[in-house]
Order: sequence, then C-alpha cells, then structure tokens
Amino acid sequence: MTATVEPEIGRARLRKEDARLIAGRTRWTDNLTLPGLLHMAILRSPMAHARITAIDVTVARKMSGVLAVFTGADLADEQGSLPCAWPITEDMKSPSAPSVAVDRVNFAGEAVAVVVARSAYEAADALEAIDVDYDELPVVLDMEAAVAEGADLVHEDLGTNTSATWVFDSAEAGTGSDVEQAIAEAEVLIERTYRQQRLIPAFMEPRSVVVDPTGEQFTMWSATQVPHILRVMLAMTLSVPEHKVRVIAPDVGGGFGGKLQVTPEEVLTFLVARRMGKAVKYTETRSESILAAHHGRDQLQKLTLAARRDGTVTGLKVELLADMGAYLRLVSPGVPILGAFMFNAIYKFPAYRFVCTNVFTNKTPTDAYRGAGRPEATFAIERLMDELAAELGVDPIEVRERNWIRHEEFPFTTVAGLTYDSGNYEAATAKAKELFGYDALRAEQRERRERGDSVQLGIGTSTFTEMCGLAPSRVLGSLSYGAGGWEHAAIRMLPTGKVEVVTGSSPHGQGHETAWSQIVADQLGVPFEDVEVLHGDTQSSHKGMDTYGSRSLTVGAMAVVRAADKVKAKAAKVAAHMLEASEGDVEFEAGAFRVRGAGATAKSVSIQDVALAVFAAHDLPDGVEPNLDSEATFDPENFSYPHGTHLCAVEVDTETGRVDVRSYVAVDDVGKVVNPLIVEGQVHGGLAQGIAQALFEEAVHDESGTLLTGTFADYLVPSAADLPTFTTDRTETPATSNVLGVKGVGEAGTIASTPAVVNAVVDAVRHLGVSDIQMPCTPMRVWQAIRTGQTDAGGLGNEAGGGLGSIDSSGGAR
Amino acid sequence: MIPAAFDYVAPSSVDEVVRELAAAGDEAKVIAGGQSLLPVLRMRLAAPAKLVDLGRIPELRGVRDDGDAIVIGAMTTHYEVQRDPLVREHASLIALATDTVADPQVRHRGTFGGSLAHADPAGDLLAPALALDAELVLSGVDGRRTVPAGEFFTDIFTTSMRQDEILCEVRVPKRTGWNAHYEKFNRVAQAWSIVAVAAAVRTEDGTIAEARVGLTNMAATPLRATAVEQALVGQPATTEAITAAAQHAAEGTSPSVDGNADLEFRQHLARVLTSRAVSAAVGA
Repeated sequence: MTATVEPEIGRARLRKEDARLIAGRTRWTDNLTLPGLLHMAILRSPMAHARITAIDVTVARKMSGVLAVFTGADLADEQGSLPCAWPITEDMKSPSAPSVAVDRVNFAGEAVAVVVARSAYEAADALEAIDVDYDELPVVLDMEAAVAEGADLVHEDLGTNTSATWVFDSAEAGTGSDVEQAIAEAEVLIERTYRQQRLIPAFMEPRSVVVDPTGEQFTMWSATQVPHILRVMLAMTLSVPEHKVRVIAPDVGGGFGGKLQVTPEEVLTFLVARRMGKAVKYTETRSESILAAHHGRDQLQKLTLAARRDGTVTGLKVELLADMGAYLRLVSPGVPILGAFMFNAIYKFPAYRFVCTNVFTNKTPTDAYRGAGRPEATFAIERLMDELAAELGVDPIEVRERNWIRHEEFPFTTVAGLTYDSGNYEAATAKAKELFGYDALRAEQRERRERGDSVQLGIGTSTFTEMCGLAPSRVLGSLSYGAGGWEHAAIRMLPTGKVEVVTGSSPHGQGHETAWSQIVADQLGVPFEDVEVLHGDTQSSHKGMDTYGSRSLTVGAMAVVRAADKVKAKAAKVAAHMLEASEGDVEFEAGAFRVRGAGATAKSVSIQDVALAVFAAHDLPDGVEPNLDSEATFDPENFSYPHGTHLCAVEVDTETGRVDVRSYVAVDDVGKVVNPLIVEGQVHGGLAQGIAQALFEEAVHDESGTLLTGTFADYLVPSAADLPTFTTDRTETPATSNVLGVKGVGEAGTIASTPAVVNAVVDAVRHLGVSDIQMPCTPMRVWQAIRTGQTDAGGLGNEAGGGLGSIDSSGGAR
Repeated sequence: MIPAAFDYVAPSSVDEVVRELAAAGDEAKVIAGGQSLLPVLRMRLAAPAKLVDLGRIPELRGVRDDGDAIVIGAMTTHYEVQRDPLVREHASLIALATDTVADPQVRHRGTFGGSLAHADPAGDLLAPALALDAELVLSGVDGRRTVPAGEFFTDIFTTSMRQDEILCEVRVPKRTGWNAHYEKFNRVAQAWSIVAVAAAVRTEDGTIAEARVGLTNMAATPLRATAVEQALVGQPATTEAITAAAQHAAEGTSPSVDGNADLEFRQHLARVLTSRAVSAAVGA
C-alpha cells in the first residue's frame, strides 16, 4: 500500500503495549479502587458432594468490619442459573447451575457463602467463623463408572450422569463411507485408549471483578476474555436490562480459555454490589483459581484405526467420554465437539465416526482451555499414526505422507465435512526435517539402542492442522451454539489525522494494539504511532464477540480492514472534491489521494488533510456527511486452518525415567504474518503449554474428590528452565479465506506439541516393549513402563497397547 | 491469600528474641527469610499470634573461619552461602546443594538457618548438614547449647529446639580438599526434591578413604546412608565399585509416598542417585 515506506505488515515490531506493562503502569482489575469500595470473600465447600444441612453465619456477621454475609438461601431468588450457551443436542441434560450453592454442593470448591467487609483482610477472617454442616453424598469421580449401570448420580434429579451424546458419522453425513465396514475389512487394526488428563489453565493474573452499582449503569470490571458476551449473559441471567450494564475488561493477564466464562464470582459480585448499593471487589487467591476456575481437557478416548498394510488408513472410529465436571459452564458441552472435526486431521480418511458422551462428575466444571477440543483430537490421531508406523515397521513420517492431503489437492473437503482452503504439508515437513537433522538423529538413535545406552533417544512427529478463527455464524448455528461468530470494528478519524481503532475482540496478552496498528497503518497510510487501539469496554467498543479460538486476526482484523475500506471510500469523495476532480479519477496510495496518472509530484491531499477538512466541514460535496468514521462487522465464511510439522527429540534416562527435551523444531504455516515477533511469541507459549501437558501438568483428585494439586508446588507449570531452546520457522501458504491471507496462531503450538513429545518418549523406549505412557509422562510412569515392558517382553504391559508383534528385530520404528 | 492477624516484633538482639519467645510460649513463631513460613501463614495452615523476626540481628548473618570449622550464621541467605569463599573451600557440599534450592528470588530471601530449623524432609540443606556432621548452636533462656545435626532433626518439620530457642549458627567441620556433589531429582527446576543425595568423598591415590552420604526426603528426617559409606571406604573410585556400594542406599529408609514417587521408585532413585552423586564427586 505505502510506496515510499516499508509496509507495516510483516515487520517484527516490538509490541507497543509492552513498555507500559513491563514498567508496571498496569490496570489490572485488582488495582482498581473506588470510593467506599467493599471487599467480598467466598467460602468454598471442602466436600465434593454433600447436602448442606445448616449454615451458621451469626458469628461472622458480628465480626469487625463485616457488613454482610450471604448464603445460597439468601441469594437463591435472584441468582438464576449460570449460562450454558452450547446445548449440543436437543435432549442435552443440563442441571441448574447456581453461583452459590443453596442446599447441596456438587464439587469441592463450590461457593457456599460470601462475606462482604470493609477490607479484604476482614472478609478473609470472617470466612473462618462460618460454620457449615454437610451431609456427605456418594462421590462420582470416574467417568467410566459414572456412565455404568446403577452408578451413583451427581444430579439425582437428572436420573443419569450422561449429559448428552453427540454423533458424527461420515456415512450418515454423506461425507464418507461406513467406518464399521472399514474396520471389518481392515488389514491392520490399531485399537487404543488414551487419556487426556485434566488440566488447569493457570493464567498469570488470577480472576478479579469489581462491580460499581452507584451510577446509572452497573459497571463491571472483570479479568475476562469476553466482556461483550459477559454483558449479554448477565442481562439474560440476572434480569438486569442489557443497557443498564457496562462491562470493562481492563488489562487482563492471560486467559487461555480460562477467562472465556461467565463465572459464579462475577455473578456473586454483581448480586452483592446490587444488594449493598456500593462498589464491591472480589479477587481470587491463586489457590481458589486452581480449585474453582474452570478446568480443561479430561477425556477418555477409545480409538480404532483401520488401515491397509501399505499404510493407507481406511477408517477411524472415535468414542469419547468427556468430563464436564459438576455443571455445564458457558461452552463446556461444545469443547469436545470442536474436536470432532479434527480427528481426521491432515489426512484423507475415507470413513469416520465420532461419538462423544459428555459425563457429569463431582469435580470442578471443565470448559475451554487453549485449543479446546483440537489438542485432544490431534493428540489421538498423531499418536495413532505413530502406532500404525510402528505396527508396519515404517517411518512415522512416511506413513503420514501416504495419507495426507497433497498441496495440489486444496481446497479439500474432509471426511468430517470441512473444506480446508490451503496448505502445504510437504513443504512444512521438508523444512522441519532439515532443521531437525532428522536422519542424523535417527542414526544416533540406532547407535544408542545398539549400545544399550542408559539414556535413549526418541523422536516424535506431529503433523497437525487445526480449525480456528471461530467462526462462521452459520456453522455455529448448525452446531446449536448460542451465538454468532462475527466480529466488529470501528475506525474513528480524528481531526488531527490520528486514528482510533475500536475492536470487538478483547486482548489479554496477544498484542492486538500492535498488530491492529500495523494493519491500519498500511490500510490508511498513516504512521504506526498515530493509531490507538481501543478495546474491552462495552461503552467504547459497543459490539463484539471477544477473543478465543485464535479468532482475533482472522475474524476481528478482517472487520478492521473492512472498516478502513469504508473510511477510504468516504474520504475519496471529499478528496476528489478538494482536488477538483471526479471521484472516479482519484486514487489512494501511501496515505494520499491524487488524480490517477498525474504522477508523484502532482497535487495530493493526504488522508489527514481530508480528516481536517471533514472536521471543519466548510466545503464538503453536496450530500456528504462531515464524518469519515466507519464500522464493519465481519462474518467469516470458513474457519482458518493453520498447520505445521513439529519434530521433537527427547532423551529418556532409562534408570530414572526422566525425560529431557533435547531439541524441538516447529515449522508452522500460519499464512501471511502481520508481526513475526508476535507469531514467534505465540508459538513459544503454545509449545510450553503443550509440552506441559505431555510431561508436567495434571490435576489430581483423591478418592473423596479433593484436589490434591491445589498449589503450584503440586500442579507443575514448567518454567523456561524446564524447556528446550525452540527452533521455530515458517512456511507461508496464504489463506484464501481472507484478504490478508492470514491464519490463526494462538493455539497452534499447544495443539501440535503434546503428541510430538509423547511420540518421542514412546519412541525412545519402544524397543524396550513400551507402546504407551500415560500423560503426563512423569519419571515414575516412564520408569514403570520400561520395567513393565522389560518384564513382560513380547507381550503387553498394563499401560501398553497392542501391535508389538510386528516390531522388527532392529527395534521397531526406524 | 491473607494470613490471620498476628503481632510482629523485630528485636535487635538474640537475648531479646529469646525473651520474646519465652514470654509468648506456643503463641509465637520465629520468622527468618519467610520463604516457608509465609506460604503457611497465607494458606492459614498456621496462625501464630506473634511473629518474631530475626532479620535485624546482624550477628546472625555471615560466615566466619573458626579454626577447624567454618561457622555459618543462621540468617545468612542462600545467595550469600552460594558465593561464600569459605563455604566453597571447606564445605563445598553445602554450596552445591544451595545452588539447587528453588530459584534466585527465593535464594535471596531464604536463609541457611531457616531452612534447617524448618526441617522439611524435602529441604536440600538438611542432608548436607547431616553428612558433614554439622553442629547447630542454639540460644534459649537457659543460654547456649550445641546440638549435633544427627540429634537436631527429630521428625517431619520437627527439631529438638525448645520453644524459647532459636538457631544462631551452624558449625561445619572443615573438609578441605574433599570432593562433593549434590544430586537432586525433581520434576521441574523450581520444585522440591523428590529424592536427593548429598555426597562428600575424600580419595587417596584413587581409593576412597572417607565417604559421607546424606539422603534427602527418604524419611521424615534427613538420613545418613551409613551402609553405603562403609561399603565405599577402601574401594577404588570407579563407577563399578561405587554402583555396587550404592545398592545399600535404600537400607533403613522410610520415605513418604506421593504422586511423584511410590516407595519402590523412591528407593530405586536413592540407589541410582547415590551412585551418581558419589561418582560425580570423585569424577568417576
């Protein structure tokens, strides 16, 4: 666009938001103070399943600084039920979801009472003075037991622990053939059960909410990813008119899906502020965040892969149990369903069937967590492709190549019914193999195996794609989602030529302010520094669908581009008038309008000149409003399909079971790139989280439903010291579904990396008789798998799957 | 995470501390670097009425040469211990173990004495202190007394210190010229030890003349792997001999069990890590 200066798109600009954030000039919700602010604290149930027989708050109410104590009984009439916006089936069972328990608790951590006090200290003290009597009920924790005949029930009134069963069948959908036939005719059958352990989003900033009821509108500040959705949902849930609610997401310190929620804490703070008529703040502790903010993953995946001996996959059957926890939160039921379209991944499977059963347990509700459904699917299929390769004794990349969509076959409609717009799996894989030194590492692996080295080398592959950029509204409608997937943007041209960009997506660490400034600078030919990005306040950004599902760039920025187009169209009329030319003769380049063909030295008017002229409005063409401001709402026609090839080398200390990631190569194809630095950051963070699932993180409950991993001493989030130096690179196959050619990148690293690491760990010890290790691959699990494999040579260990019979004498997969 | 209310005093002398503690009885708790106590208070696992801060008593801080021993002040931070030339020369095992404690922020606040007095069996400085026959100098209303490390740690989070006593300093006999290594096994870099082994070895002409091996987190208290020590003496400093001796490492251990390691795995780790610690110490 700009001829004289380097385009902003593609520049590795440092993020303009960082100087302020790094220097501590931040506006986290918890930093906010208001006159007369009251503080709320929440008493949480230590029981996973119990009847509340009595709550005595008389002592707490009399304590110093305490203004009120509310129990579920006090708020039952006004709290409504927390919203679930994704009824995946018509007969989905959804229990009433109170923000504070009224007569029974269904997970440890559920709120049972709140204290309002003059200080957070006094509120915390008063919690200890509340006396709750519980009558314990049987605890339902295991999904398989929960769906078995005669199981104890989480919600007795529902009569079942099954919330819903959702089915996709390619034969029924007409997108492919019958999987049962493929299984019956299979030359090779790989059957496995994989467990996606429960994870905790562990965002940096714990959740915090402030509600001020003293103005004409209720104003809620919240550490949320979704201020717009939150506003609508509060109106729908709490019988408060939508126009009387303003939601602000100020600086928000990460979310990873964990803040894609309408939380009990937000509702309670709202109710309490309304009752008290005063501003109220609630900020959770880290322990509360780990315990009570929604969790992620938690699936049991029963998988059957049918193939021919030449490695061609003929069918895939997926049977899932997905743990909802005790209640259905905002999009809980739909998270595993987002995976339904990704089990076939980059491959041309002819037959596919997916059945997901959503199950209630007495645990913290689950919901979106970085990748939401796609990491689970990608893990399953990428692990299976390695197992198929081992079964056939061929290289894991070779077996993938035999099945993947070739670059000349795009656009390609998959067996799950999606149409992938573009991709080049061959190019990404070739680049990854080269950067990785694939052949040399395989040689070293062979050498170490032959030598019987106590430290074995394993190589893991993950050739992934994912569907992101949520989402085409029509598709969401067909999946029974309760809203659309469009995004809104507005551009305001200020009199001095500066630009305000209002975006409906809601950044919480992604770098929108920088990326949107780069895009608008190119679109309007204004300096990067002259663009201010406004977001996260429903008053200034009145319309939006917020940030999750790697949607900001592929959906939100498209709205920005369209708004900029409208600004230019309006400006062209005025510029033509100023140039005394007809509009059709005027062209816009490098931020200036000129008569077409008049040459670079001809008279021009800059967009800033036009902005000032419009502000003055002294001499506008007839019928032209004195206004360049424009807005646009963009609804994508397709998802975004980033892809890539990730290769991981691990060293497994066979004496201790310890896994060290020796090298990690990620070649991602996210189409055109606005800011390579931001993309790099997203990939690094994504890898860290995906590797964390493979090796470190796991939410563990004891038999009574108590969360044992209640602090960061037990829930192990890795730091830089625990991770390798990543080698990242890109191939660039532009998306054809949007004008910038961009694809989503926010979740790619997380989706890709988990199977790459586990494949590497299994590969390192496969010759010792191991074909699976449950995540996270802790030293104890790895050590036990090796021992089981060794003592059970030729057969299968408890944890191991099948297929060892065909391992060749040189040690299985080469 | 807000602790229950407490009173706070920061005396400027040990005598004053001791008087405060004697007067407060069980109601008071001593705070050193606060790296273990503050989380406990914030999670309300403890709610002492009074905190007595040792942070303003200069005599409790620093390392000095005392002839055949070095003396480490209880309030010397991990950061200071790591870098102290006397520690590195005469008790390198302690410096090496301190290198593995938590992260730089914790090492700047946490103290050597606080770590020992807290007596967390997963703490990294207990086994080195035990292995090196450190002596712990305590002050109380009845004056000073010295307790050998072997008698100081009595149970999980429990020591032989009386309520009115504090740990003032730790005398560590000089083991100049010994080779040492601290082999720590954990899942992430900042975590506590699942198992760790502290080894200090003196060799003469390729033969192990003396060996001291301490085990972290293999019981409610730190342990000496005496059977290993005895098996090592007189052996050549070779991997084979060391590995053979290390097979005794789990003898007499009774570790707690958690999700990171069951009994069998912990005892296995003790043997493997002992072999590695001693081998690394002697360069085998």
